[in-house]
Amino acid sequence: MELQIIWFVLWGVLWGIYFMLDGFVLGTGFMSVFLAENGTEKRVLINTVGPVWDGNEVWLVTAGGVTFAAFPTTYALMFSNLYTALLLLLFALIVRGVAFEFRGKLDSAAWKSGWDKAITISSFLPALLFGVAFGNIFKGIPMRNDFVTANFAYDGSLLTLLNPYGLLTGVLFVLLFAVHGTLYAAIKTTGGLSVRAAVMANKLWLPLLVVAVAFLAYSYPATRLYDNYLKSPLLAVIPVIAVAALLLQRFFSAAGKLHWAFASSCLTIVFVCFTGVTGLFPNLIPSSLDPASNLTIYNSSSSPYTLKIMAVVAFIFVPIVIAYKIWVYRIFRAPVTSQDVLQDPEAY
Amino acid sequence: MDALTLSRLQFAVTCMFHFIFVPLTLGISIMVAWMETRYVISGDEMWLRMTKFWGKLFLINFALGVVTGITMEFQFGMNWAEYSRYVGDIFGAPLAIEATLAFFLESVFIGLWIFGWDKVSKRVHALSIWLVAIATNLSGLWILLANGWMQHPVGFVLRNNRAEMVDFMALITNPTGLIKFGHQILSGYTVAAFFVMGVSAWHLLRKNELDFFRRSFKQAALFGLISSLLVAFLGDVHAVNTANTQPAKFAAMESIWETQKGVGMNLLLLPDESRECNAVERLCVPKMVSILAFHNPDSEVKGLKDIPKELRPPVLPVFLSFRAMVGLGTYFILACLLAVIISHRKEPENCRLFLSILIFSIPLPYIANQLGWIVAEVGRQPWIVYGVLKTADAASKNVSAAQVAISLAGFTLLYSGLGVIDIYLLSKFARKGPEHELSGFIKNEGRN
Ligand code: HDD
Ligand code: HEM
Ligand code: HEM
Repeated sequence: MELQIIWFVLWGVLWGIYFMLDGFVLGTGFMSVFLAENGTEKRVLINTVGPVWDGNEVWLVTAGGVTFAAFPTTYALMFSNLYTALLLLLFALIVRGVAFEFRGKLDSAAWKSGWDKAITISSFLPALLFGVAFGNIFKGIPMRNDFVTANFAYDGSLLTLLNPYGLLTGVLFVLLFAVHGTLYAAIKTTGGLSVRAAVMANKLWLPLLVVAVAFLAYSYPATRLYDNYLKSPLLAVIPVIAVAALLLQRFFSAAGKLHWAFASSCLTIVFVCFTGVTGLFPNLIPSSLDPASNLTIYNSSSSPYTLKIMAVVAFIFVPIVIAYKIWVYRIFRAPVTSQDVLQDPEAY
Repeated sequence: MDALTLSRLQFAVTCMFHFIFVPLTLGISIMVAWMETRYVISGDEMWLRMTKFWGKLFLINFALGVVTGITMEFQFGMNWAEYSRYVGDIFGAPLAIEATLAFFLESVFIGLWIFGWDKVSKRVHALSIWLVAIATNLSGLWILLANGWMQHPVGFVLRNNRAEMVDFMALITNPTGLIKFGHQILSGYTVAAFFVMGVSAWHLLRKNELDFFRRSFKQAALFGLISSLLVAFLGDVHAVNTANTQPAKFAAMESIWETQKGVGMNLLLLPDESRECNAVERLCVPKMVSILAFHNPDSEVKGLKDIPKELRPPVLPVFLSFRAMVGLGTYFILACLLAVIISHRKEPENCRLFLSILIFSIPLPYIANQLGWIVAEVGRQPWIVYGVLKTADAASKNVSAAQVAISLAGFTLLYSGLGVIDIYLLSKFARKGPEHELSGFIKNEGRN
């Protein structure tokens, strides 16, 4: 296989894993306002993600780093063209990180409720922004690129991104992460909190389904994502798995099998991401102005030498990372209870 | 101001802010790992209390290191798109490798360390802080190889409108990167040593928990002495390397205008850039600059006048920062030497004057670090990649001055707020001293 294609697949996989993992941290973060009834429950929720949030966020750092190393032109134009959106994302991620760490450090109600608000906003905003950004990437952004003279122009702003399709994708991401996060909360807590979370996940499922269907339908006129599927119908298994996983999730949570429901939700998110990325191929970011300006895996990639070196690094180390991550997740598999957080001064 | 100037300012602000937290992390993670190891080996609970106390301060600092790092990663694309496109083929690789090799290790095991006190055995728990310490230092290696390449680009060709990598081995064995790495982690250890000595001194002066802080002080003094000696040693290696690879930077560091052999070092010196000479030159140590530059008293050192004006870095900030860094480095060696001697006395808390000096010395290694980066980065100007790409050609063209002005204001506000909170929390927990009862491990005593 061509190196560019290998890297395209890896690129999609990294984003998929990132959304699957940080999706539940973000979801638990902004849904905690609706789930927790008191301060202790808030702490329980924060502590369910405590041991893992940083490790999950690193998938984003890696996705960014890999875009830089494998597709530098895409990295350069994606990050500079979406400047303001990314700036807001950065601020949110910064606030979220320190909020987790600082919230429990002072015994004052105002301090805690301040950081709680910070957690809600700084978890909600990335979910929405990632959706809006990816919606616009699926749709294409207004850029005119000349690869021969290396001249790149963008004529858009934050407002250009806020088009109906981008916003719909934003809502889709928010709902996906909301359901994902509440299911995570349901399996990682006990008692009333867990029950409330499971009920909430059920309630949100129908809106999610409606928005997902709307997204799939609207993608037809708004984007060229379907071209690849029409060309090679076999690829349609990817969106089919996404939809099937979404249906299964409802089935499992109705049957009370919350772990399975959460696993289905993981699958849904990964395959929603794959659905979009497969539709993009061989583009990484299409231009809405002119197909010759599309950033493709060919005109924006690194040299074959760099791609090869990086492939060796990735194929050795990513499996190792996954192995120790699974090991640590297993250590923390038990749900967090209110006794746990009340007794443990090291907890957040 | 134009977008370029604002982007440079923003990069400097965000990088220097990130770099307030990084050095302490580099050093204190190792000290905490050492303390926990001593506990696992000896079972002496004092070591466990030390692990917990210094560990808590480490975590408060660590949080800001993490979140400000993400900004760095994004900024290359956001503000330096031309740069990223032009050198991404080479520069992107170490960043991606850093994330895969170091950041994952660090972030996963820090989670295990914070939350795993009664979930894993003592040995595994101690192992996890070692992995964190190794990973933070490893992340330094890759980022400094990246920075080392900007200072002294190797292993590439210019082709297809950009720089392309042709020799990965050259990139990872680049002496500039490796020397920088060594000098950098050691300066991080110096920061941590002074931090632990300073906080311990504060408590010793108040006669709090004497055993606890005497022991912490002793560890830190020794750690500080070793690292500050090695920092100076590698600093010298670094200077020789700079003289060979970046003569313009070296000339600015020493403020040398004329190319000469056997150049002496004026202890009192003030550059005058507009007149291209030094306004003050006093107390000359003969041949000293030649010795520093090439370890040869008669070697020739290139002067700034032989470098075209538009290729010279700003002389005054580079010169002053370098002098101050070296001066501070000398002070650190002396202070650590005294601290080691005093820490071997029975009652170090009686050396009140010296302990007070140590409290006020906490910020100094931080300052030395920042000055070092000013030497390195301002001294590289006008190049962003030495000899290959100018800073002026590196900024994003599709980002407006207004956008950068807003983001710069945003970062300044957000970071100042976070900085204030962080210092407040650090000093609060540092003053509070160690906890009396021990949580976690106690429940876990049966396991091993
Ligand atoms: C505690 C901090 C600290 C201390 C005491 C010193 N340094 Fe340093 N120095 C740094 C912290 C630092 C740094 C922040 O780590 C730098 C900035 C970039 C880098 O790689 O390391 C640095 C850079 C740096 C450079 C690089 C300039 C370039 O990029 O070419 C030189 C030549 C020296 N140092 C030399 C010295 C010497 C001779 C010292 C004598 C005692 C010394 N440093 C003490
Ligand atoms: C190792 C990683 C680093 C890389 C890859 C890096 C790269 C850069 C880049 C791209 C710029 C902007 C262009 C320029 O103005 O030259 C810059 C400037 C600057 N950096 Fe770094 N930097 C690194 C570390 C640091 C650190 C840790 C500090 C400070 C503590 C620092 C201090 C500065 C300063 C002060 C400038 C402004 C120089 C000027 O514009 O005149 N750098 N660096
Ligand atoms: C300008 C270039 C730099 C970039 C792009 C960068 C990138 C990053 C990123 C993305 C993080 C957060 C990792 C996480 O989420 O866990 C981080 C944190 C950190 N970086 Fe930097 N960094 C830069 C400069 C440096 C330098 C020069 C060093 C060391 C010599 C360094 C060492 C560290 C350490 C020790 C942390 C603390 C915690 C952590 O890694 O998670 N960084 N950096």
